[in-house]
Amino acid sequence: MSAWVLFGTVFLACMVEAVEALTIILAAGTGRHWGSAVQGTLASVVALAATVAALGPAVDRVPLGTLRLVVGTLLLIFGLQWLRKAVLRAAGLKALHDEDAAYAKELAAARAAATGGRWAVRDWYAFTLSFKGVFLEGLEVVFIVLTFGASQHDLPMAVLGATAAVLAVAGLGLAVRAPLARVPENTMKFAVGTMLTSFGVFWSAEGAGVHWPGSDAALLVLVPAVAVLGLGCVPLLRTAPREELAR
Amino acid sequence: MKHLRSFARFWYDFVVGDDWRVAAGVVVALAATWALVHLGVNAWWLPPLAVIALLGLSLRRARR
Repeated sequence: MSAWVLFGTVFLACMVEAVEALTIILAAGTGRHWGSAVQGTLASVVALAATVAALGPAVDRVPLGTLRLVVGTLLLIFGLQWLRKAVLRAAGLKALHDEDAAYAKELAAARAAATGGRWAVRDWYAFTLSFKGVFLEGLEVVFIVLTFGASQHDLPMAVLGATAAVLAVAGLGLAVRAPLARVPENTMKFAVGTMLTSFGVFWSAEGAGVHWPGSDAALLVLVPAVAVLGLGCVPLLRTAPREELAR
Repeated sequence: MKHLRSFARFWYDFVVGDDWRVAAGVVVALAATWALVHLGVNAWWLPPLAVIALLGLSLRRARR
């Protein structure tokens, strides 16, 4: 895989997670107190950096075959999950993820919560809301960076992709000060699901001892094949009567 | 304990998601691939076939 494909895959996957984190930070800042929301975000970034510092070197010590089997299996399960959701949403069988609605819900909950501060934090609720939101979404980013970076032996490029995604979303968020509802999230999830599934199949099979025909070039067939499979399922799900499919 | 449970729940939702059968199917398919490789069969075709079957069956269940 070229370094730019690695960059693009990590960038897209991390962008989806960053949009979700931004929605939570905006709700905490707008509904409660901006200073505390920023403190929560910064504390979370420090906790995530510590997690990467602890896990990064450990991942490097695992033998490549084992790493590819474990990482490939996780990516394949994870990718199929994303692809399944994106197909169901595109077919109209699952509601599209609405960042506006998620933002309104978080904002209402933030406004209704009790006020009060602790230590140097003026609003504890805003701090913990943004801390938890950023930490949980950030853990997903860390997972993506470590798995892709370690399997390709190019952790710096994976980190670069994730950093670019987070900075792009943060920049957009600062500019509009509103949830990024116009980001075509389902299209991005479809693309990411396709990439994760394809790389998951490739690495997990290699980890299990398989030799792919054409070696790395097999990915050039796997990626479009998975995309066609997903895209092909959308019209089938839209048109097939429920009884027929349920049989 | 509550935090530990919610942390475990987060990772379960994150990795396994809505359909645990997909995760189980992937593990079974890869175990079968590993076994075939160790019997001398280069079973590169098995994981892609498993993806087609698992995605199709999972979407079919969701459509019901």
